[in-house]
Amino acid sequence: MTLRSDLNLIQQWIQPNSQVLDLGCGQGELLEFLKYQKACQVYGLEIHPDSIVSCVEKGLSVIEHDLNNGLKHFKDGSVDTVVMTQALQAVRRPDLLLDDMLRVGKEAIITFPNFGYWRTRLYLVSKGAMPMSKTLPYNWYDTPNIHMCTFHDFENLCRDKQLTILDRTVVDSTHEESLSTRLWPNLLGEIAMYRVTR
Amino acid sequence: MPQDIPANSVGVVTPQIATFDEPLELRSGKVLESYQLVYETYGELNADKSNAVLICHALSGHHHAAGYHSMDDKKPGWWDSCIGPGKAIDTNKFFVIALNNLGGCHGSTGPTSINPATGEPYGSDFPMVRVRDWVESQARLADYLGIEKFAAVVGGSLGGMQALRWSIQYPERLHYSVVIASAPKLSAQNIAFNEVARNAIMKDPEFHDGHYLKHNTLPKAGLMQARMLAHLTYLSDDAMGEKFGRDMKSDEVRYDYSPEFEVESYLHYQGEKFSTTFDANTYLLMTKALDYFDPAQYYENDLAKCLSHAQCKFLVVSFTTDWRFSPERSEEIVDALIEADKEVTYARIESEKGHDAFLIPIPRYVSLFSAYMNRVAKELAL
Repeated sequence: MTLRSDLNLIQQWIQPNSQVLDLGCGQGELLEFLKYQKACQVYGLEIHPDSIVSCVEKGLSVIEHDLNNGLKHFKDGSVDTVVMTQALQAVRRPDLLLDDMLRVGKEAIITFPNFGYWRTRLYLVSKGAMPMSKTLPYNWYDTPNIHMCTFHDFENLCRDKQLTILDRTVVDSTHEESLSTRLWPNLLGEIAMYRVTR
Repeated sequence: MPQDIPANSVGVVTPQIATFDEPLELRSGKVLESYQLVYETYGELNADKSNAVLICHALSGHHHAAGYHSMDDKKPGWWDSCIGPGKAIDTNKFFVIALNNLGGCHGSTGPTSINPATGEPYGSDFPMVRVRDWVESQARLADYLGIEKFAAVVGGSLGGMQALRWSIQYPERLHYSVVIASAPKLSAQNIAFNEVARNAIMKDPEFHDGHYLKHNTLPKAGLMQARMLAHLTYLSDDAMGEKFGRDMKSDEVRYDYSPEFEVESYLHYQGEKFSTTFDANTYLLMTKALDYFDPAQYYENDLAKCLSHAQCKFLVVSFTTDWRFSPERSEEIVDALIEADKEVTYARIESEKGHDAFLIPIPRYVSLFSAYMNRVAKELAL
């Protein structure tokens, strides 16, 4: 079973036999891996009907839920890790959801498109228009990504909330790490990945 | 009449009767010395008897869940849209059992049956039964059929309460529980609706304290009233608006109080039909079973603690415009199951059909339900 490379990076941050909640779990690729390869107890939250059916077909526990309503189905400290891939920028209040993730889980793993990526910056500077790319394929008016942020912005938020960053990495659009993304993450990293705790 | 039986129908089915002579002690303390349950089965029981699915019916349901009783039937069983070859509950894989609950009026022992002690119909002397009593009697039916453990117990509305109750009453006897458009207990508003319905029946002059059969009569007006009220709570404002709007039967306003709006004549028709085919005492008994249902009350009103006894996995489904058993009530079950570390899948299906949606083959609902039942079959290697 091969996992998409960003999900493969995430699964390495998750302990076997732990409890995992995936926010916006999509078709359940990560949870399927964690359940069957690492014996994790997994729950997914998802809003798209077809994705929910895909999760059911994979034998996963999935709850239909809009992340804008917070994580009310879950009690404080009820799971080990709460994961959210590529959804932080799409919720109404990322800061409040981040609080809720760390209310429910001991750790949170978050990935988001880095708006500070050099091509994004260049696009805005040269074209004077909201950037579009493979990672950001939408027009400004129909994009679900309503709270774009950069690597720096996110770290500032973590600092304000006094969160501890346990791991961070940035990858390019093919989800690969390289020396350059390590040296200049906010400029050369297209997708940011964080593991944080309170 | 079906010209031809559709290929995905279970076809013509014949109800069967199981008789039980072992006394059944009810929650109320009363005892039923003997009783019978009428049931239907669809599909084939496999050699190791591991593919059985129990269908629990709602307030006005019965054992005829799928197929036709004869080629003259106008309509198939009440859940034919979900039970049959290739349907959500696929009879090519599952052996499906649907029964009429104790206290019902479609062939199982109930208020219209003859009380052996008096030689007359039980009427209101038929003891009140609760959801746990139904589960007990269903377990005995399972014993009778040689089924130790159900692949799944499935139900909507009051049937969902039975599926939920199964998970804690006989945790070792089911692999999956499917709870559709249901609730962990009724709200005050729900109990109030039931009380208005009961009051309409009991205030009917033909009710005779529940012994109307002895008097060769029926409290038709009361039962009709009860059904009209209940029926409209099963629909949503939008569904009624779409179906009837303010349409009238004639172009002229009549200035009298007989039904003029289409919605009025629809309700009258539904009430009238129901009042001639359903038993008033059964209606009273079923609504009371609904009202009493509250499994968490024996666990300090902690539903998670109550459901921690379950060993099965759960599918919970709700419908957006269902205000009688709203999505929030289903989510109480979901939250408690999560807290109790149970495997649960939950879907909140967009629908304008109100509570009745659980009986309607809404594409998203059917696709989710099918996927889940396929998973059941796959995990149990059926």
